[in-house]
Amino acid sequence: MTAPPEASARTYPFNNPAGLDLDPLYAQLRATEPLSRVRLPYGEEAWLATRYEDVKFILGDPRFGRAAVIGRDEPRTHPRQQDSGLLTMDPPNHTRLRKLVAKAFTNRRVETLRPRVTEIADGLLRDMKDLGDRGDLVEGFATPLPIMVICELLGVPFTDRHNFQVWSEAIISTTSLPLETIMEYMGALHAYMAGLVAQRREQETDDLIGALVRARDEDNDRLTEQEMVELLAGLLAAGHETTVTQIPNFVYVLLTNPGKWRELVADPTLIPNAVEELMRYVPLGTAAAFARYASEDTELGGVLVKAGEPVLGSLGSANRDERFFKDPDTLIFTRETNPHIGFGHGPHHCVGAQLARLELQVALGALTRNLPDLELAVPADEVPWKTGMLVRGLKELPVRW
Amino acid sequence: MVGPQSGPQWRVTVDPSRCIGSGLCAASAPRHFTLQGPYATAVGDLMEPDEEISDAAECCPTEAITVEEL
Repeated sequence: MTAPPEASARTYPFNNPAGLDLDPLYAQLRATEPLSRVRLPYGEEAWLATRYEDVKFILGDPRFGRAAVIGRDEPRTHPRQQDSGLLTMDPPNHTRLRKLVAKAFTNRRVETLRPRVTEIADGLLRDMKDLGDRGDLVEGFATPLPIMVICELLGVPFTDRHNFQVWSEAIISTTSLPLETIMEYMGALHAYMAGLVAQRREQETDDLIGALVRARDEDNDRLTEQEMVELLAGLLAAGHETTVTQIPNFVYVLLTNPGKWRELVADPTLIPNAVEELMRYVPLGTAAAFARYASEDTELGGVLVKAGEPVLGSLGSANRDERFFKDPDTLIFTRETNPHIGFGHGPHHCVGAQLARLELQVALGALTRNLPDLELAVPADEVPWKTGMLVRGLKELPVRW
Repeated sequence: MVGPQSGPQWRVTVDPSRCIGSGLCAASAPRHFTLQGPYATAVGDLMEPDEEISDAAECCPTEAITVEEL
């Protein structure tokens, strides 16, 4: 049944965005056609890599880059074509910009936030318990926790959240918003951040916005004003949309896989490994995104990728590759090693990965400690899923405790 | 090419207990770092000073890269 790769492009993404199941076609392609031609809703045709080794290769090898996307019609699921920011840059330009924010997100730095993040998490759960024996974990816990943390780190007033939360949808929307609205929200988010930057020039602050403003004002060559504003707006939006989505996904998986929630309640020391395993197991993206362009002819998965051709790598598929992970479709908290690529790999490896790990660990720790009898308040197939986004996630997670 | 005796040298090391194999250094400074299985290592012990190396060290999410000026 498998066609030779060049014959005809498959329509992509394969998946229904509702739910966390990977389409079975990924496993089939890993077995029989590791590099396939795909056509996305927008942009040119692309190769799709599905095996762990190949996906990791295109993400980490300098022969595959993102800067070449400028001027091309990038294969993508969202109408907006990205034309600036870290994800349109390659080293060394990319490194110059990234190192300015990387320092704020090292594990040593984010570890200092653990007591404060724990305090926020426990406080939110106390508020939920005060209101009764059931509630929506998305609204009461998973949404405010990462937003409060990124606000404190950047120096963004939490009280403005209702505005920037609405605007942030623009960076993860595929079809949930019309293009004009996406552009309007992006503009609003940038203007908002430019306002916060201007405040730092009036009065210096110790937060990340203040640090970047100082870095730029000391040496204008480090980054342009536009780069700075976009970088900060990107951190604010990406800094919460992903973790906000992943906390409920994790809880949903734990509550619907028999025994898994109780396993963590009984032994909380498993939580750091459980977070890694859940990062591997839960395919956050609805589709492979941010194609890498080959700068020279390169053989990949037995196929010659020509210079100038784009390749998409499916993180979700790579993380379930049976060539690499034993029992890939089973949640196992005691894997000896777990080199998943849930945070990506290479120069664009998630800059907030260590913060996300901390938040996810603290979230599961606080939930298992405060609400050990947690369970879904509706049948598993009735929880409502978002659609039209780059990420898979729940609109609500009704639970009782 | 500058010989080993002719200028300042950097001793570059990657702490394997801290490295998480993000691939950042190997991708952004491929002449100086390589991934050996899941972990990164420096290509050689002593290196000529290069901004690429210090930038990679500054970008490392676990601060696993140490650069010593000799």
